[in-house]
Amino acid sequence: MPLEALDLSTEAGADQEFLYTLNFGPQHPATHTTLRLILTLDGETIVKAVPDIGYLHSGFEKLGEDLDFNQYVTIVDRMNYISPVANEIAWHHTVEKLLGIEITPRCKYIRTILAELARISDHLLCVGAAALDLGGLTAFLYAFNEREKIYNIIEQASGQRFHPSFTRVGGLMNDVTDDWVKLIRVFTNSFPKVHADVVRLLNRNKIFIDRTKGIGTLTKEEAINMSCTGPIARSAGVVRDLRKDEPYLAYGELAGSFKVACSKGGDCLARYLVRMEEMVQSVNIIKAAVENLPSGPVNLHTEDKLNIPDKAATYRSIEGLIQHFELFMWNRRFETPVNEVYGAHETANGELGFYLVSDGSAKAWRARTRPPSFIHFAIFPHLIEGHQISDIPAVLGSLNIIAAELDR
Amino acid sequence: MPANYFVPLQQKFGDAVRVEEFRDNLRVIVTAEKIYAVLTTLKDQFGFNMLADLAGIDYLGYPDATDRFAVVYVLMNANTAERIFVKTYVNDPDPELPTVTNLWRGADWMEREVFDMFGITFPGHPDLRRILMPTEFTSFPLRKDYPLRGSGERHNFEKLTRAEG
Repeated sequence: MPLEALDLSTEAGADQEFLYTLNFGPQHPATHTTLRLILTLDGETIVKAVPDIGYLHSGFEKLGEDLDFNQYVTIVDRMNYISPVANEIAWHHTVEKLLGIEITPRCKYIRTILAELARISDHLLCVGAAALDLGGLTAFLYAFNEREKIYNIIEQASGQRFHPSFTRVGGLMNDVTDDWVKLIRVFTNSFPKVHADVVRLLNRNKIFIDRTKGIGTLTKEEAINMSCTGPIARSAGVVRDLRKDEPYLAYGELAGSFKVACSKGGDCLARYLVRMEEMVQSVNIIKAAVENLPSGPVNLHTEDKLNIPDKAATYRSIEGLIQHFELFMWNRRFETPVNEVYGAHETANGELGFYLVSDGSAKAWRARTRPPSFIHFAIFPHLIEGHQISDIPAVLGSLNIIAAELDR
Repeated sequence: MPANYFVPLQQKFGDAVRVEEFRDNLRVIVTAEKIYAVLTTLKDQFGFNMLADLAGIDYLGYPDATDRFAVVYVLMNANTAERIFVKTYVNDPDPELPTVTNLWRGADWMEREVFDMFGITFPGHPDLRRILMPTEFTSFPLRKDYPLRGSGERHNFEKLTRAEG
């Protein structure tokens, strides 16, 4: 039978849209974490993206209503598990704000150093993994090798690598040693070389730039209207950084040592560049904080009856023993004001806030978390629509979505 | 500090707004009827162009509480970095508040989460579905009358057989 050329324009299906649906995730190597996207595709172009989240929901906020302020820190740790120390510091900052505690200068500086180390760790993972998804394995290896040193520093201070649970209400689990300070000096000396290596690997890499420049563009107005914070807002030209705007910890005293990294690009490349610059600024903060590290106690005095006394005080002094007893018996614990307070920190991903409602007992009535990943993943459909399916790893990598924090 | 916003707010809305202060948080407490008007005023006239957070709270059993639920809007002025906390109360049997997604697009998922966890509905929301819990879930887990421990909701879920699944 001879072939006949069909006139497609007269066929019944000619005006039909050839859209199809693709399930991306929940288990997919490019998402890194457990999240699912329901994509409507026209060829390889994304017409519509609907994120479906909740796969890792484990009721952290409900647990926060059952555990006391010191116990909940272990749960807070597991929200953004890339930079757990930053979550702990933000949580206890809010609790201390509620209780009206002013922590000691040494504690402020150590917490500042830890928060900045957490920021570097988070940015290294984000930059490394984003490069990995776009085909640059080497940068990923350099970044992870450096993250290992940060884990060593955290292990040296707290005894745990991943989830240190290092902070306590009114102080820290224990004071740091001179060896810890030495480790930090070694890190701040070696880090600029690794940073320069990553810059040389990626900043002028044609493949990396082609796949990130102009992808997932966010304007300043959109960034503000869609509640973006942190590097994502700053890369779109919003010059907000809580470390400068509402100086907490030692950032007020160290304000001269760092600048806020901003960009006007708003695309994936701008987000990458802002993160790279923030790491340089973080190292400057750490250097300044280590050189100015005050001596003195790291915890409040036992007589203030607010912090858990250390082991030596618990076993060798009657005041310490009583205080320990007071804080750990179910019918004692903290006396809190019947009120509510919001405290927020600038963590690596953006504004991590806690809205803490207290009914006067030692447990939170409501421990609302403002998770930056949740708010940033909400803008994902807006960023990706109109782009190709291969741009998904680039955009996801630049948003740095941590599913444990997203779903809590 | 944001204190100078209260005078014009109180002139405009009268008894519907009230002021509280704790630590560095300045809270405006608004009745549910006026919440949308107050938020619009704060956004358009006072430049609070960013909704930093939207949190639901259940006050069942809270000391001296008269209302069941509260919703807190944490507003931020992205130009001056000022914050203001706007709080409103809603009650059973039909807790609902007007959506603010047309003021701030960022409110989309936050309102969905409050609906998912507390069952407060937001009429006018473009896509008010459950977000963290599965669609077949029937309760609102962050309500105070929802138990912390127990076998949970699994018995309510449909069983999939091998043939169907």
